[in-house]
Parts: sequence; C-alpha cells; structure tokens
Amino acid sequence: MGGYLLRRLLYAIPILLGVNILTFSLFFVVNTPDDMARMQLGVKRVTPEAIEQWKREREYDRPLLLNTQAEGAARLTDTIFFKHSLSLFSFDFGRSESDGRDIAHEIRKRMVPSLSVAVPVFVVGLAFYVSFALMLVFFRGTSIDTSGVVLCVAAMSISGMFYIIGGQYLVGKLWHWTPISGFGQGPDAWRFLLLPILVALVSSLGEDSRLFRSFFLEEIHKDYVRTARAKGLGESRILFHHVLRNALIPILTGAVVVIPRLFLGSLILESFFGIPGLGSYTIDAINSQDFAVVRTMVFLGSLLYIVGLILTDLSYTLVDPRVRLQ
Amino acid sequence: MSGEPLLSVDGLSTWIGAGDDVVRAVDQVSFEIRKGETFALVGESGCGKSMTALSIMRLLPDGAGIVGGGVHFGGRDLASLPEREMREVRGRRIAMIFQEPATSLNPVLPVGRQVEEVLVRHAGLRGGAARARVQELFESVGIPDAVRRLDEYPFQLSGGLRQRVMIAIALACEPDLLIADEPTTALDVTIQAQVLDLLAELQRRTGMAMLLITHDLAVVAQMSARVAVMYAGQIVESARTRRFLDKPGHPYARMLLRALPGTDARSGRLASIPGAIPDLRQTFAGCRFAPRCDRVVEACRQSTQTLGAVGDGWEVRCSRVEAATVGQGASPAMPAAPATSRSTGGRQSAAPLLDVQGLQVHFPVKRGLLRRTAAMVRAVDGVDLRLEAGTTVALVGESGCGKTTVGKSIVQLIRPTAGRVVFAGTDLCGLDEQRLARLRKGFQMVFQDPFSSLDPRMRVNEILEEGMVALCPEIGAIERSRRIDSLLERVGLGVAAKGRYPHEFSGGQRQRIAIARALAVEPKVLVCDEPTSALDVSVQAQILNLLKDIQEEMGLAYLFITHNLSVVEYLADEVAVMYLGRIVEQGTAREVLSSPVHPYTQALLAAVPRINSSASRQGRLAGDPPSPTAPPVGCHFQPRCPHATDTCRRDYPASRQVSSTHSVHCILDRPRSAG
Amino acid sequence: MNLPFQPVVLWTDGLLFLLVAVVLGFVRWSRHEEHLRAPWRKVARSRGGMIAVTVLVLYAGVALLDSLHYRRALPTDKPGAEVTYAPEVLSVLDTFARPLRDGSERTFSAPFAATAFVKETITRADGTQVRDFPRLRYGGRLLENPDVERVPDIARRALGGLAAGVLLWVTLAGLVTGYVAHRSGETFAEVSAAAWRGEHALPLRAILLTLGGACAVIVPLLVLSAHYHVLGTDKVGQDVFYLTLKSIRTGLVIGTITTLVMLPFALALGIMAGYFGGWVDDVIQYLYTTLSSIPGVLLIAASVLMMQVYMDTHADTFDSITRRADFRLMFLCVILGVTSWTGLCRLLRGETLKLRELDYVQAARAFGVSPWRIMLRHVLPNVLHLVIITTVLGFSALVLAEAVLSYVGVGVDPAMNSFGTMINAARLEMAREPIVWWSLFSAFVFMFVLVLCANLFADAVRDALDPRMREQVSPAAALRRARALAASTRSVA
Repeated sequence: MGGYLLRRLLYAIPILLGVNILTFSLFFVVNTPDDMARMQLGVKRVTPEAIEQWKREREYDRPLLLNTQAEGAARLTDTIFFKHSLSLFSFDFGRSESDGRDIAHEIRKRMVPSLSVAVPVFVVGLAFYVSFALMLVFFRGTSIDTSGVVLCVAAMSISGMFYIIGGQYLVGKLWHWTPISGFGQGPDAWRFLLLPILVALVSSLGEDSRLFRSFFLEEIHKDYVRTARAKGLGESRILFHHVLRNALIPILTGAVVVIPRLFLGSLILESFFGIPGLGSYTIDAINSQDFAVVRTMVFLGSLLYIVGLILTDLSYTLVDPRVRLQ
Repeated sequence: MSGEPLLSVDGLSTWIGAGDDVVRAVDQVSFEIRKGETFALVGESGCGKSMTALSIMRLLPDGAGIVGGGVHFGGRDLASLPEREMREVRGRRIAMIFQEPATSLNPVLPVGRQVEEVLVRHAGLRGGAARARVQELFESVGIPDAVRRLDEYPFQLSGGLRQRVMIAIALACEPDLLIADEPTTALDVTIQAQVLDLLAELQRRTGMAMLLITHDLAVVAQMSARVAVMYAGQIVESARTRRFLDKPGHPYARMLLRALPGTDARSGRLASIPGAIPDLRQTFAGCRFAPRCDRVVEACRQSTQTLGAVGDGWEVRCSRVEAATVGQGASPAMPAAPATSRSTGGRQSAAPLLDVQGLQVHFPVKRGLLRRTAAMVRAVDGVDLRLEAGTTVALVGESGCGKTTVGKSIVQLIRPTAGRVVFAGTDLCGLDEQRLARLRKGFQMVFQDPFSSLDPRMRVNEILEEGMVALCPEIGAIERSRRIDSLLERVGLGVAAKGRYPHEFSGGQRQRIAIARALAVEPKVLVCDEPTSALDVSVQAQILNLLKDIQEEMGLAYLFITHNLSVVEYLADEVAVMYLGRIVEQGTAREVLSSPVHPYTQALLAAVPRINSSASRQGRLAGDPPSPTAPPVGCHFQPRCPHATDTCRRDYPASRQVSSTHSVHCILDRPRSAG
Repeated sequence: MNLPFQPVVLWTDGLLFLLVAVVLGFVRWSRHEEHLRAPWRKVARSRGGMIAVTVLVLYAGVALLDSLHYRRALPTDKPGAEVTYAPEVLSVLDTFARPLRDGSERTFSAPFAATAFVKETITRADGTQVRDFPRLRYGGRLLENPDVERVPDIARRALGGLAAGVLLWVTLAGLVTGYVAHRSGETFAEVSAAAWRGEHALPLRAILLTLGGACAVIVPLLVLSAHYHVLGTDKVGQDVFYLTLKSIRTGLVIGTITTLVMLPFALALGIMAGYFGGWVDDVIQYLYTTLSSIPGVLLIAASVLMMQVYMDTHADTFDSITRRADFRLMFLCVILGVTSWTGLCRLLRGETLKLRELDYVQAARAFGVSPWRIMLRHVLPNVLHLVIITTVLGFSALVLAEAVLSYVGVGVDPAMNSFGTMINAARLEMAREPIVWWSLFSAFVFMFVLVLCANLFADAVRDALDPRMREQVSPAAALRRARALAASTRSVA
C-alpha cells in the first residue's frame, strides 16, 4: 500500500511537468513577454520603459528556457520557465499580473466560498441521485420508470445556464425567496447559498440519475441477483442489499475522482451568483488575460485531478474486496 | 417407485420475447418428481431444459413468461401463485443451484453472510445461532476450514468451493426439492466428481428430491433414477434411466447416445446427427426432429407427434417407436479392453515433424516500487513432445495446467521463455517475425470458442482468404477462390457459405469454418485447442469425424489439447497428461488410458463419469490444483496424492520409462487397470 | 466569367460538406455490410430515434443552407467591365431571410409587436412631441391602426400559413410514403394504410406526425415573419428569429467538426496503445493522462487566448469579419477536439486490449499477418460501434459546451451568431422591467429541441449498436403480449 502510494505520487511528477511545459508553450510560442506587458499595461500608452519595468518587477526580463549569460545552475534556474512554471512545484504561485495580489493568499481566501457551495451540492446530490435512480429501478417496467427516464432525458437536454437564469428569475425575482445573487458572511450566509445549491442539484439531476440507473440495471441482470431471488428474498432486500452494494462501486469511485476538484469551485455557477470563490476568480483571470492566475489554476487543477485518481484507487480497496493494491 | 408426486409439471409453456420473434422455449412440457427421487432433464443447448427449471422457480429473465400450463407443488399451482407466496417457496421448499459458481455469488459479500441470509429469511435464525448453523452447513458440504471461510469473499475461493457454497445456500432450509442446473459443467472433471458425490450423499442424508438439468448423459447415468430428454422445447422421451440407456426409444435419444466418443468407437466413425437444432421461432407442422432423423417417413413431417406410453413409466414422442427400437440396442457394448490403437511402435523415426524440447513459458509477476519482477508464473515448465506426420498426440489436463499455453507457444503466438520447438528441422524459438512468417504455413491452430475465433465483421470468404494472402502470396486470386470453394465443400458447408457472416452459422458450422481457415494454407501440423468443448455432443461427433477424415486424407499431425478423456480415447494415438505446467505421464493411448501409472492420471480417469458402469468411488482426488506461482515443493502432485512419501515431498521425480513408449514422472510403481 | 455572385468556401463550410460526404459514403458502404446494416435498421425502427432524425434533418437543412456562402456582384453601369464583388459574405439562408436581415428595428420589440418595446419621444406631423411607443419599421408595417387590426391580421395570416403548411405536409407525406413503398415493393395504399394504423415496420406514423407538427409550426411562422418579428428583436433591433436560425449552424459545426478533428487522434492512439502495449502504451497513456488532468475549460481558455494574440498580430490574413469569425470557430473546434479525444482513446485502448486476446486476432497472428493490417482489418471494424456511439453521444455535449464557453468569453467570435452569444446577451436583459424574455426563450426552445433530439437519436443508436445494451423489455408487458399471442395461436390450431 505504502509503496503503491509512493509510486503513484512519483508518477505524478512527470505528468505535472508535462502540464507545465504544455501551458508554458501555449503562452510563449506565439506570445512574448513584451506582448503580455503591453496587454496588461493597456495598449495605448505604453512606453518601452514601462514595458521593461513591468517585466523587471515580475521577473519576465529573462530568457525563456536557457540563460546564456548566467553561470552554472543559474543558466537553467534564472529563466522564465524556471521562475514562473517550475516554481509552482514548491507551491510558490507568485502574484497576479492584473492586480498584483498574492495568488496563494487569494486562493486560501476564496476556497471557503467555493467549498460552501460545492460540498453540499456533492453530498446531497450523490444521495439524491442515487435514491432517485434506485426508485426508478424499483419501479422498472412501470410508467413511473418510463416517465422518470423521459424527465431525465429532457432535463439533460437543457443547458445549465438556463437552470441558473430560470432559478434566479423564479426563486429570486418572482417569488423573492432568496437573494438573486451575492455572498454573505455570518448567520445569514445560508440564504445566499440556498439558490445556487438548489440550481446545481436540479441541473445535473437528469444526467447523473440516468447514469446511476444504468449502473443498477446492469447489475440487476447478473447471475447473483438470480441467486438472491432463488433464496426467496424480496425485491427491496435484493435491491438494497445486493444490487446497491455492487452498483455503488462504479458510482462511488466515479464520485471520488472529483472530490479534490471541489476546491476549485464551479466557474459558471459562481460567476452567475457572484460568489467570490475560485471559480469566479478563474473566470476573472481569463477575462483579464491574467496568465499567472491561469497557470496556477491549471497546475492546481491537474494536481487535484491526480490526487483524485489516487483517491479513486484507494476507495476501490474500501468498497471492492476483490481489489488489493500493490 | 410409488407415492404422491412431489412436483408435477403439467403442460408448461414458456415463451421469450414477443411479436414475430417470440421463442417458444418450453412447449407443453409435463413431468412428475416423487419425494426423494432424482429426475434428470437432459438435452443439448437451447432445448429448453434450463428455461423449464427457471419456470418452475419463476425466475425467468425479463421478457420471458409462462404462457400456459401449471406447476403443482405441495397442493398449489406455483405458476399462478402470488409473488409474495412464491418467495416463501423459493429457498425454503425448492432450492436451486446454477451452472456458473463464479458469477452466481455476490462478489462483494462474504460467503458466510450469503448463506446466513437464507436462514434469516426463512428460519428466523439470527446472530450467533445463524452463524453456527452456517458453519455446520459448510462442514456438511465439505468445505475445509469452515470457520475461516465464513468471512471470505467468493473471489478467494476456487470454483469447486464456490459451488459447495452454492449447495450450502440451497440446503440451508432443508428443501423438499433441489433443482441443480448444470451444477458441474463449469468445473474440472476431478472437481465434478467431488461435487456429484457430495450431491448424491446429501440427497441420501436428507431425503430431498432432485431435478438435475444436464447435457451430459454420463452424469445422468451416474446420478438419476429417471430421465426425460428434451428436444426443441419438448420432452421427446421419458423413462427409467437404466432402461433408457439400454434401449432408448426416440431416434434422437438413440443417435445422441451413439454420438458419444469413447474407446469402443475408436476404430470407426462416430454416429453424428446431421444438421442443427431448429429455430424455436417457427411453428412446427410435423415432428421437430424429422429433418435430422434417420428413420423419417412422410407421415412424420405432416403430423405432430404426441408423447405416448410405450411401457411402464416409459413415454416416447415418436409414432415409429417400435420401428426405431427393433433390432439393435442402441447402447454401445460394455467397456471392453480398448481396441488396439493404430500401431505406434515402429513410428519413432529419427526426425519427427515437430519436436518440442524443454519448452518453458514463464510470465513475470511485477511488484513493488519499480515494478520489479517479484515472482514467475511457471505456466509451462519444461515440456517435451514429439509429433509424427499422420498421428494425433493428445495433451490432457485440467484448466490452468498450462496446456493451452503449450499450444500457443508451439505456434509461436506466445514466445517461449526457454526450450526448443523444432519444426521440420528449424528451431522456431528465437526466429524473427519475418523468417518465422515463411514457416508459419506449416503449423496452424484451431481454437476452442467458435464464437470468438471468427471475426464477426468479415465474410467467410475473407476469413478463409486471409491466411493465403498473408502466407501464400504466390497463389493468384482465381486459384485462391478455387481453393476456398473446395475447402468449403470439404468441411461440409458448401460454396454458398462464402458470402455470409459468421453469426449466420451455428457453433458447429463455425468450427468447420475455423478448420477450413487453418487448412487453407495446407499446414503439416494442426494444434487443436479444445475444438469441441464448446459444442453439443451431436455436433462434437460431426467435428471429430471431420478431423479424423482430414487426417487420413492429408496426413496431418494433430496436437489435440483437451480436458475430455472420452475424446482422447476416441482420437489419440499418444497421450501426454499435464499437471501444473509439466507433463507427468506420456505414452501411447492404450498404455496411458488402460494402465496408467501416475496417481494423477489414475484419479483423472476414475473421475470421468461413465454411462455403462456405476461410478467407482475409489481414487477420488481431494482438494484443488495448486497455483503455478507457488508450486508445491517436491512432486507437484504430492499434496493431493494418496500415496505420497517423504521422497515425493522433497524432490521432483525424474522421468522413468515404463516401456519404450511410456514414461512417467513418479517414483511409485503401481499400475492400475482403468475403470 | 461574370457570375452575379462569387462562391466563397469558408473553412468550416469545407469541413462541414466533407463531413456530409463522409457520412453519405459511410451510409452507402454500410448498406453492403450486413453487420452494419442490421443495427441501422434497428435505429430506423425505433420511434424516438426516427422522430429525432426527422427533426435533426430540418436543423441540418438550415445549417447547410447557411453554409453555402457567396459574395454578391456589385452593380456596375458599364457593360463588359470587370465585375467587382461586395466584401460582405452572405449565405443562401441570408438570401432567403433577406427581409428579416434588412428589416431591423432600432432596439427591442416584443414578438408580433407593431410598436417598439420602450417609449420614445416622437415628433408628430403637427410638430408636437409625445412620449409613446413608436411604430416599428418592419413589424406590422402594413397596418393602418395596429391597436385594432394587429390581432385579426396575425390570425388571418396564421390561418393562411396553416393551410399552406397542411398542403406542404400532404405533399411531403405523399413523397415519403411513395419512397417507402418504392423501396419495400409494397403498394402506396398498403404503406399508407399500415402507416395510418401505426403498424408499418418503420415508425412511419410517428415520422409523418412529426413532419406534420413541424409543418404546422414552421410554415405559419415563415408566413408571419414576412410581416412581423415573430420572435421579437434584440437590443440593436435585429430579428431574433433570424439570429436563432443563424445560431443553428454554429451549434451543428461545433458538434460535428470537433468530432472530425478528434477521431483520428483517438482511433490511432487508442488502438495502437491497446494493441502494442509496452512503451507505446506507456507514452500514449502518459499523453492522455496529462491532457485530461488539465481542467478542460482552462486548457481551452489558454489556447483561445493564445489564438487571439495570433489573430491580432496577423490581422491582414483575415480580410473580413466573416472570415475572422470563421477561423475562430474552426480553431475552437480543433481545440475542443484536441481536449476531448482522451475519453474515446481510453475507451478504445481498453477495448483493443480485450480484442487483442480474442481468438480471431490470434488466428490472424498465426498467419503472420502484420500488426498494422490486423489493427485495420480486425480491430478497427470491431470498435467502430463504440466510435459511432461516442460520436453521437458527444454531439449534444458539445452543443451545450459552446454556450458555456461563449459565456466564459472563450467561445465563438462575438460577431458570430450562436446560442451562447444569444444567451449571454439576453441574460443581461433579464433585469429589465418588464422583462425581455423572447431572446432567451428562442435560444432555449431551439437549443432544447436540438439537444433533445440529439439525445434521443443517441439513445436509439446506442440501443442498436451496443451489444451490452439488451433490450429492456418490461416483463409485465412482454408477458401480456406473449399471453395474447398464445391465445390467438391456440384458437387457430
């Protein structure tokens, strides 16, 4: 187990390195640091001096990959690639290029709002979709199942943005149950969270429930279910005791991979509801072409994905007795 | 045999699907089972025997349903019982075990819990009492180390143990009737013997009745008092087992019995049943067997046949039953001494066609941080074989012994770890792909599963052409097409098959295509990997006949890999018995089969159920074969060997010549007459 | 050559027609391959699938009309002079919808309105100024007194449209029935009777009813749109119906061309990784793990930002707004393709791993057939169903993704009409009192119908092609049918 973990973590290094090289080349193959400076300073009133100063302040005044003027190790370390890309490995994210704030600090600050939406959505969603799918399977072959599937297909054909806009209009504007958008602190904070959580839950109802239903159906045709019936067990006992346990393996392990990424929040949801989380931070960074933040979020996203993969493997050993890691 | 019937099935009909595609899987089936009796329902695949069993239990798959008839059990009609009450019957009054122990247990629950569940459901036992009872059950079905096994998961148990767990589940509430649906088909022959013994003994102890569903007439002979034969959804004959085996009434039953391979059929061809089973989507006008029957008259095709009593408890669905049984008793003679095999004595020429020396195939098991090779699975560990033109060497062994790996590494689909495979004077091991390709047309392979061995996306024409295009580029398109035509004729399919896809053919026909494909490049050696084990008995006979004919015509050498000893008896000149990656005994068919020396060969032969003799209990093997990752110290067979000595536990026995053609890896000298 | 127009083939036009050619070629080819024909026949017999196909064909028709681009010749006085062409690139759809294009208003107007949505100060003929809703330039322009005449006028035209729609439907239904009769060798009367009873092998009744519904909605809408803005106008006065029709092409291009880009990667790499194993597998696995570990939106965002810089520095390459927008659209497809091949690749790798061990591949190896030929002849045809299923399933996801990307600001060019840009523009107007709902409504309806049909079609395709998907007949219903059949045959016998 320990050896397995260590090997997986070591394997993460080349992947993260690949991710860094990819983003680095995306930024600098057609773009130069001068272009970036010009863009951040505003195209109109840029003097060469201002550009130089901008680059100096942000350590962009070096060669990209190889510093021929430096000596020894500095030939490799005193470069943009080292200072801005490899430094991410030590969780040194630097400062934002648009407003100069410390990125690590921002991430810590914005993690809480992101999580306060994402975690309830994840937990309640999983429970709700599994129960809904189970209900459909329990009534399979009846009109309840058919209309449930129709509902799911229809629901998954609607863009998530319509759920948000519709939710804001109905719940917020028409019925005045919750604020339309915003984020609060203190005892009233839940009022702001209610609508985004609700909208997020409804918007993935169709797709997830249908997927889970198909997992259940796949299990229900297996031989061991027939054995269970031959024992004289009732339908609900079979469903909850035998089928659920087996179907939970793909469901849980599929869910575990996204857990680490909950930190990053949801781009669209946070942006629409004005939640100051990491999702809206990312969107702002994209819109202001803030490469430092984008780079950091890409790195974090990849890292958390790999952590998710490792957690998935670990969770297999918990839910599936057949799996042993070595 | 008297008394009230325990179960009486009356005109049962079960259909699958709907509309034009409805399959009349079970059509007006009636039979009775009395208390304590074993009744066998026998038939080939697709005849409706499993559907009958599932209909009784009302466990039919989605889309299938009982459309007529009744199932009377304990004074009630199970077919119309409300589901809630049916659940009280299942597991308590009637229990069932299935064919595939590997998939029939819930993979994520400990086996003890799965047995306990029945006790909780029907006996109201809970907690410690239930657990104690499960342990008792485990012990009574012969699961060693029962306490530890309670908390293990199905994947930790061998196939035989899993089937024992299934039996424990079935027996938990001491049912009146046990339905066993092909209970040993997925098991090896030595394990099959253990499980059949166990079932017979349990039945004696508890007095329950048993409905045994099987395709294996030998199992029927060993287990049941009465038997019914099903064909195309109907019962065509029912009788007492002894009478049935001696003198079957229905032409189908008679032909089926004669299609069984064995020593006594050795000299000639097997009686095969031409054609294939009919599609059950049609409505039949006449007798369903008429198209394949050797005694068909015009009347058979025009009117449906009814099941009529011929004698006491003997019913046959054939109006010409008298004609059919006149003359010959269909049963083959009692086992005589094996007929003299085609002489093999003088054939040990200096340079055999194929010479395998010290063949080893090891697969690494990688572990640890750097994926270092931590262990080796010695799938094949030093195999020597010689193959002469025009002869058949059978490689016999149970699943996992490495026999398929031997076959694949001879045709270089798996490159051997060590050893030599000398074909026509050239060592194939170590040749690069290009030089190997030039030799490849000399040796070809026929695979086990006729469904996965033909590409479903290719027409028969393209399938047969592939090898010629790759290996015989000198053959032009016209010659290729001519050769394909003659091959298709040769294997009995006809030229019309060319443009069709594999899925349009039955299993037996597919295996003919696979044989034609291998023959297309005119090989000298044909490795046949269980070519008939996925086929029904009647079709198996067709394929075995075909292989034998082709060998006589073309002088091919066969390496025939199989687990089926009766096929070996019928076909082989020489036999090599494999156990855990090594050949333990080797010799002419007569030597190995009638005077086996190695205790494993003896046990293997003893475990095969026979039609004509009551089973002997002696020489039954206990336990399961060990894993090739960690073979036992000393002789690999010593942990299961009844005669093992300290020497056996220390050293692997060297090869010892029993005669000039017969060698064995065993220090004991105790030949025993088989059967 | 003095054509009155000059054809223009944009990048995406070319690819779209290439795709149509590929699909048609595939259909022709698969008619001869039984194993492909059988599943498609099953698709053709599924009711939901065929309803979806009917609707999708209408969408595709609009998109293809919108993909035939040309430039108009500028009028010249001198005969024989060199013809010059207008810089504006138009599509055939634009020509059909010319009244809608030209009849734009100043700003918002509600569907079927004759007056504007907001009050303005109007100078009357007598010089006095009032604040009132001004008349529209286009909507209801023939009306003297909109307050009185508008509703009867709309009703009259709608009825006329409906009549025309029924006429069109009868014609179409006749053609379809005739074609089916021709293909199946039955008489016209037999086919139409079977269709009427809903008993034809094809779900002909469902198809004809769908066509009827479409005719009954579309034809009146078209008739009305000659005189009204049937779906209102947006902030700058453009007709929303026209914008919505233009958005269809964008959605379809993204949904299909992305697949065209993604397939070669996924197929080649997935099959190679699975078949060869070893270091090839390691490299390919590393590639797709790395790519899929990056959050998709961020990778797309980074690429699009990079491309924008490139387009800014090479502004001269793109001589018109249309070309520029088109290039960006194609680039978006490429980026989406590059980020989305990993899923299919992993799937194909797994499937190839299984196929590699199958006996027919082993048999081919025993014949010394080369690995490339085995991959082409044995592996590829046997994973094709997975490719088709994934492609069809991916379509609706891509249409939905376009909207999100446009919202984030890394989608299509703001000058290009798409559902995403429409939603994005419309959502800002939700705060108005009274609410401007029609842009959002139009985008919602058109997008919902498109994605729903794509999903239904995907379901039908998956049911037909995926061997694992057994037909889920409900036991009770099957039993009823079987019992009824048993009773009927018994009475015959």
